[in-house]
Amino acid sequence: MLIRKPGEIPPSEITDERLYVRRREFMRLAGAAAVATAAAPLVACGSEAATEAPAPGGPVEQSPLAGYKPRVVTTDEKLNTFQEITGYNNFYEFGLDKDDPQRYAGRMKTSPWTVKIDGLCNKPADYHLEDLIRPHALEERIYRLRCVEAWSMVVPWIGIPLGEVIKRAEPASKATFVEFTTLLRPSEMPGQQTDALQWPYKEGLRMDEAMHPLTILAVGLYGKTLMNQNGAPIRLVVPWKYGFKSIKSIVRIRFADRQPHTAWNDANPGEYGFYSNVNPEVDHPRWSQATERRIPGYFKSHRTLAFNGYGDQVASLYAGMDLRKYY
Amino acid sequence: MHARPALPKVIKSVVFVAALVPAAALVARALKGTLGVNPAETLQLQTGIWALRFLLLTLAVTPLRRVTGWHRVIQYRRMLGLFAFFYATAHFLTYLVLDQFFAFDLMVKDVVKRPFITAGMVAFLLMIPLALTSTRGWIRRLGRRWQALHRLIYLSGIAAAVHFVWKVKVAMGEPVYYAAILAVLLAARVWWWRSRRQRATSPRPATT
Repeated sequence: MLIRKPGEIPPSEITDERLYVRRREFMRLAGAAAVATAAAPLVACGSEAATEAPAPGGPVEQSPLAGYKPRVVTTDEKLNTFQEITGYNNFYEFGLDKDDPQRYAGRMKTSPWTVKIDGLCNKPADYHLEDLIRPHALEERIYRLRCVEAWSMVVPWIGIPLGEVIKRAEPASKATFVEFTTLLRPSEMPGQQTDALQWPYKEGLRMDEAMHPLTILAVGLYGKTLMNQNGAPIRLVVPWKYGFKSIKSIVRIRFADRQPHTAWNDANPGEYGFYSNVNPEVDHPRWSQATERRIPGYFKSHRTLAFNGYGDQVASLYAGMDLRKYY
Repeated sequence: MHARPALPKVIKSVVFVAALVPAAALVARALKGTLGVNPAETLQLQTGIWALRFLLLTLAVTPLRRVTGWHRVIQYRRMLGLFAFFYATAHFLTYLVLDQFFAFDLMVKDVVKRPFITAGMVAFLLMIPLALTSTRGWIRRLGRRWQALHRLIYLSGIAAAVHFVWKVKVAMGEPVYYAAILAVLLAARVWWWRSRRQRATSPRPATT
């Protein structure tokens, strides 16, 4: 892992300029606490529709995030572009095709947004999104994202360490797992009207995985709040696990003393394990996990690294475990 | 053989050019860089889907002929079948080049190990003898055995449909629709065979 000095990559190099221009159409809450702005563009998106006339359910505009610590974790690999990150998504709540989320996720209302924290803890509460985020400093984390389908990207997330949020809730000592739940709202999430998966989508982590400093709750990328197709307004990012573990659009975080059910593990336990750590040695039953295609490359020629290259930080969590058995 | 009128020849050329449009569109998109965020996946998916579509079109010729009585449609069947093979070959090449990067040893391991790849490879390999024996000379040489050999297309179609359904994480949408179309096309044949057999054994002709 490289800790980089801020300012090495000017934002203009990594951000699509058209977005800078479009941004002006929106309220800018200069100097406001970063996440206080998260909800702002949603007020404006109605008038946006009038000028730009996007398809119904098209993209919802984002607002800039201010005052985050840049490149707290980074890599020397090339970042994927904003278009790649927002145009190629698995978010089955909006359809099975990679461009479905970009097309349809705009329908999802992300304001107001409440996250329920409950289960085995001393301070269960329903948080408004802003109240959940405000006590914490936003950090940029440039992580590799490795999808179980053997493609990968490099994404400049902005978020807060999940561990800090968990500490505030004061989990009980017998809370050994954390369960996450995605919004359930079939009227705005057309995929939920099908039975592609069991809805709502659920994911889970062991407590030590959830507390690990690399695990974050992301609220933005490329300096702005998340697009809906990336899991707005708040999602999990666990960079050493396959992408589907990083659950999107979270409405509930629950502490449990048993391993929670998770959407993909329930759907196909032989193919998607609870742990789902990136592991080039353990193939998916239908394809090899030894290599990956780094978007937008043509060749699947990128070697997949154990724990997606974060082994130095996280391998110790699994000391003594048979990772073929606990895939 | 009777002399063929000129019009079907024109139609044939039109069908030929039309069948090349998807391939040309993919090449054009590749050159312009508009194949999407994951261009390799687009190429692989589109060549595979077009292979399956042409396979289904080929299999639709006989039922269409029987239902509509438009017997001359048969003269397009070989071309449709060869286009299925053309797109299947392109699809195989995306796998060999883009996924495996010419690592034949790894490819063989992959094919043996993974049923979804095995099914796709079976579908493709079964098409090779059919393409090779599609010439007039081979049709003459094989005689009645030609027809028996070319029934392999049923197996190839089933393997292709299974390959597509297995490929996706959730069996829904397009792969399932194609499998359903294939099922209808094959069921029609089974039904005709059975009714022909019944007619052969029963003294009375079937009433309509």
